[in-house]
Amino acid sequence: MIEVKNLTKYYGDKHAVDGVSFSVKQGEILGFLGPNGAGKSTTMNILTGYISSTSGTVEIDGYDILENPIEAKQKIGYLPELPPLYLDMTVQGYLSFVYDLKKCKIPKRQHIDDVCRRVRIDHVQHRIIKNLSKGYRQRVGLAQALIGNPEVLILDEPTVGLDPKQIIEIRDLIKVLGERHTVILSSHILSEVQAVCDRLVIINGGKIVADDTAENLTRRLSKDFRYIIRVEGPMEEVRKVLEGIPGMKEVLYNGEKEPGVHEFSLESDPALDIRREIFRRIVGRSWVILSFHSTEMTLEDIFLMLTSGDSASAIKTLEASEEDDTTTEQKPAEATHGEVEEIQVVNPETGTAEDVSKPLEMPKIDGEAKPKMNEDGGEE
Amino acid sequence: MLAIFKREFNSYFTNPMGYVFLAVFYFFSGMYFSMILKYNTTDISYVFSYLFEVLMFIIPLLCMRLMSEEKRAKTDQLLMTSPVSITGLVLGKFLAALAIYALALAVTVVYAIILTFFATPEWAVIVGNIFGSLIMGAAMIAICLLISACTESQIIAAIGGLAAMLLLWMIENAASLLPSSLSWLGNILSQLSFASRYDNFCNGILNVSDVLFYISAIVVFLFFNVRIIEKRRWS
Repeated sequence: MIEVKNLTKYYGDKHAVDGVSFSVKQGEILGFLGPNGAGKSTTMNILTGYISSTSGTVEIDGYDILENPIEAKQKIGYLPELPPLYLDMTVQGYLSFVYDLKKCKIPKRQHIDDVCRRVRIDHVQHRIIKNLSKGYRQRVGLAQALIGNPEVLILDEPTVGLDPKQIIEIRDLIKVLGERHTVILSSHILSEVQAVCDRLVIINGGKIVADDTAENLTRRLSKDFRYIIRVEGPMEEVRKVLEGIPGMKEVLYNGEKEPGVHEFSLESDPALDIRREIFRRIVGRSWVILSFHSTEMTLEDIFLMLTSGDSASAIKTLEASEEDDTTTEQKPAEATHGEVEEIQVVNPETGTAEDVSKPLEMPKIDGEAKPKMNEDGGEE
Repeated sequence: MLAIFKREFNSYFTNPMGYVFLAVFYFFSGMYFSMILKYNTTDISYVFSYLFEVLMFIIPLLCMRLMSEEKRAKTDQLLMTSPVSITGLVLGKFLAALAIYALALAVTVVYAIILTFFATPEWAVIVGNIFGSLIMGAAMIAICLLISACTESQIIAAIGGLAAMLLLWMIENAASLLPSSLSWLGNILSQLSFASRYDNFCNGILNVSDVLFYISAIVVFLFFNVRIIEKRRWS
């Protein structure tokens, strides 16, 4: 449905988007993720024909956005970052204008009423947009994108400014829309993307760093083995036993969680499965294991790995995990091995099992990543 | 194009701008017309010749919002991603402003009809005058629209438009200041004068070259407008 090939955009000599290629199938909901200034909005603006790419092509259902703009645009509903509302119009008047603008053929009154019902703005239809709250304005913007039942919906942060109840409503609406429409959606709220999207494209510094389902990304990036274990027994001895296990790379003490019960974070060699050995040795000393689980990566971890300073190594891990698709620059086994150490989900000082499930704070962008960002840090 | 025209036209009346424009125009044209009545003449050209100065000030105000506000409020994202060509977009806006202007100008027909109660006015001259005012106003609108497309600020658009109008008004005086060695330049400049060509209409002369001048000004400035919007997408 949407074919993006080698999209590149320069602002002056600044590379906003750099060789972005992806495709979206009909009925797919694609999540578009990336830190501020990564090129998300620029890409969306190019997809919708608002700005032109420096090079590369965009095809919407076979129509090139530059060569057949009218046909291509007819198939797109776009909700930009800031909903494009005329504040002096009523909701009804505005949607009627959009209807005319898109040259729709469906019965007008009925269609506008229908769209208003779907985004729940039917009771404010006769109010002037200026007097609406941010949440309602956002929904009017969404209604605008839905006018004409376009086959492709491109939504730039559709749930910004909505209250939690509305967010859930809009999310459900997007899911329903995804059954009939093709949806590209950008968001900063990772749980939202995870809840709604079939597939993720993560973009950083104008380049795509990952393109897969959330589950696959988790699987492919979690090459290391990290466990949290709680053992009842003397702390120092338990620690020594754990450290003595072949293949163990790091043992971190998390503290005494219950009287006499100590918690450790373990990191092991990815090549070895040491779970059985841990069990045997602990039980062999007649200590008791009270809990033992591996830590899963959350979408937050994936996002941070791929977009923070150490992203290069994480990307290599990703590339190495692509079995069929081997490119020349890859350094498979060795590279993979090296990176694993850099992934630190558990804070060595305070980290506990509970901490792992909490989202981490946004990373500071280091000097290397900075030149790729906008000077003012904003998004293009 | 029709949708944009309709929206712009209506928005002149949901904002005070349309009413203010019409009120100012009606007030001044009415004032000049009452002078005609006072001096017992049927020469309505008098009204039209004074209209130039009025238009010079109010046309920039009529057009200042048209393009700049779209850019500021980012509503151009809607227009540019809709299945509408940029030419359609520019034409829609131009015609909306022109329609308001025509609405204002229509009042002169009423004045002409009032005159018929007292004497038989020269209809050919009146029609020529109205036509001249219409295409000259249209050319002014095209220029102010272009200036509005160059900025995000309505105020800058209005001031820029006013400056352009003043320039067109004074261009002949400026040309006469040039030294005689540059008389060729002076000739070119005075040919570009909006005011002197408009005077021809007011004097009852319908010159094809004047008509062509205004029409080509409209076409050229609207074309620039389309190009400027197009260029913005590529930068």
